[in-house]
Amino acid sequence: MNQVLLLARRSVTRTLRQPAMVVPSLIFPLLLLSINSSGLDSATRLPGFPADSYFQFALAIPFVQGALFSANSAGTNIASDIESGFLNRLSLTPLRRVSLMLGQLTGILALGLIQALTFVVVGLVFGDGIEAGPGGVVVLVLLSLTISLAFGAIGAFVALRAGNGEAVQGAFPLFFAVLFLSSMYLPRNLIDIGWFHTVATWNPVSYMLEGIRSLLLAGWDGEALALGFGCAGAVAAVAVTAASAALRTRMVRT
Amino acid sequence: MSDAAIETDGLVREFKKGPRAVDGIDLRVEPGEVYGFLGPNGAGKSTTVHMLTTLLPPTAGRAWVAGHDIVEDGPAVRATIGAALQDAALDPFLTGREHMKLQTALHGMRGADAKERSDTLLERVGLVQAADRRVGGYSGGMKRRLDLALALVHRPRILFLDEPTTGLDPQSRSALWEEVQRLAGDRGVTVFLTTQYLEEADVLADRVGIIDRGHIVAEGTPEALKAEIGRPSVEAIPQDPGQLAHTKQVLARFGESVTGSPKGASVRLSGGDAQLAEVVRALDAEHIEIQELQLHAPTLDDVFLAKTGRSLEGEGEPAVAA
Repeated sequence: MNQVLLLARRSVTRTLRQPAMVVPSLIFPLLLLSINSSGLDSATRLPGFPADSYFQFALAIPFVQGALFSANSAGTNIASDIESGFLNRLSLTPLRRVSLMLGQLTGILALGLIQALTFVVVGLVFGDGIEAGPGGVVVLVLLSLTISLAFGAIGAFVALRAGNGEAVQGAFPLFFAVLFLSSMYLPRNLIDIGWFHTVATWNPVSYMLEGIRSLLLAGWDGEALALGFGCAGAVAAVAVTAASAALRTRMVRT
Repeated sequence: MSDAAIETDGLVREFKKGPRAVDGIDLRVEPGEVYGFLGPNGAGKSTTVHMLTTLLPPTAGRAWVAGHDIVEDGPAVRATIGAALQDAALDPFLTGREHMKLQTALHGMRGADAKERSDTLLERVGLVQAADRRVGGYSGGMKRRLDLALALVHRPRILFLDEPTTGLDPQSRSALWEEVQRLAGDRGVTVFLTTQYLEEADVLADRVGIIDRGHIVAEGTPEALKAEIGRPSVEAIPQDPGQLAHTKQVLARFGESVTGSPKGASVRLSGGDAQLAEVVRALDAEHIEIQELQLHAPTLDDVFLAKTGRSLEGEGEPAVAA
């Protein structure tokens, strides 16, 4: 447990000491939220739109976008450890692989918590509050952390497989494409274009967004939350398993 | 169980779609010995170190470190060894002290014991003043010294140093040499040192193994290896550069040509240093004015040249791990 905490602390420390990695993960999602909420406010006049303010509808997006930045920072940090030989240094200590993986993931969660709390505060200050109340905030943060874990583990997997930061940077736009192909800008029932609607329906990110959105807009919606946690949890489980397997291959020691 | 500090038997590492980086190495390093593993870039030095430190499984052959089989008993090997691998593996965003704290904790040290060990090692490598600065701002020499301190945290009996002074300025190189000599001399640590610097192997190593293309081509004390080559070389630099070709012709009468200054002619004296007077007379007879005449005792580069037909000098800085 001590090893996990040590590595988590190192992961958080080194990330916090790189403003270029922390600031964009907080600023860009909020900047996009600001632009989208002013530019797309007329969407609220569509029949069936679930909110009176586009800001309140779009507030779910930063939570997922922040998680995408987590993927980038987790992957970049791991790739840097591989390229610098730091992973070899760790391999020569009695460190267990599972501790290394848990340490990295705990680091991702710690940063995810900072992001989630920032976005909650922004929502409370500039939005219409959180419909599900104080308990909803707790669930919202938990869901956000699960999403951070899912994307962070994908970033870790890419870094461990490829062993270089370029691959992580190359994968980053793909993550955003997946986000854009979800119910990010409109509820799925209002997406008219057939192929887009189909892709958004199969895209697990839609359900992550809708889980968060349900807490912000509707209060307690068991189905939306189950789907949100289910999709985020499933992606996290697959990604953590894949990242662990990649670490086993990467951290070869006899 | 082997009683040697390090022993290998036909150690091989073959990479997919690549040549055999290490091709059947047999070596034995005694406890307390400083063993210099000398070879050019890509010779197989780092691959050997990676296998001996359990980071890379061998394709064939066996090896024992501190009596433990490197394949079957990796954790026991790792508990006994310290390693500073090529390119100091440090986190530029952590301070020197934070590195020590992490390393001591990962080796199971706690509280006052860990702090005392960290402070002792930071002091020994001269990094107390810089301990709370981020490593990203350290010089190459400071990074190497921190790397060495980290490798020593758990008091290893065997230390692997993979090209520890590559890229360092002479002062930093000399400081690291002193530390290695102190470790081996005062503390009886066995040191397995890879290098492509002849002087480093000559100064530090009790015995040298010369590796080329995955094979050990020569092994022994630096003195014995040089004595094996025996004959010295002479280098003559003419006053008038236009007489260089003529100087080469004259010197060619006394032995085979060897690599030397581009301004001069160099040959290995077939009859030993007794021929030096004849060389001077022959040059004088040909009216060649000499700016500089030097007699060189055999070097490890001569040994390498004799064994491989190539010179180690001028191989350049390593680009990637061999």
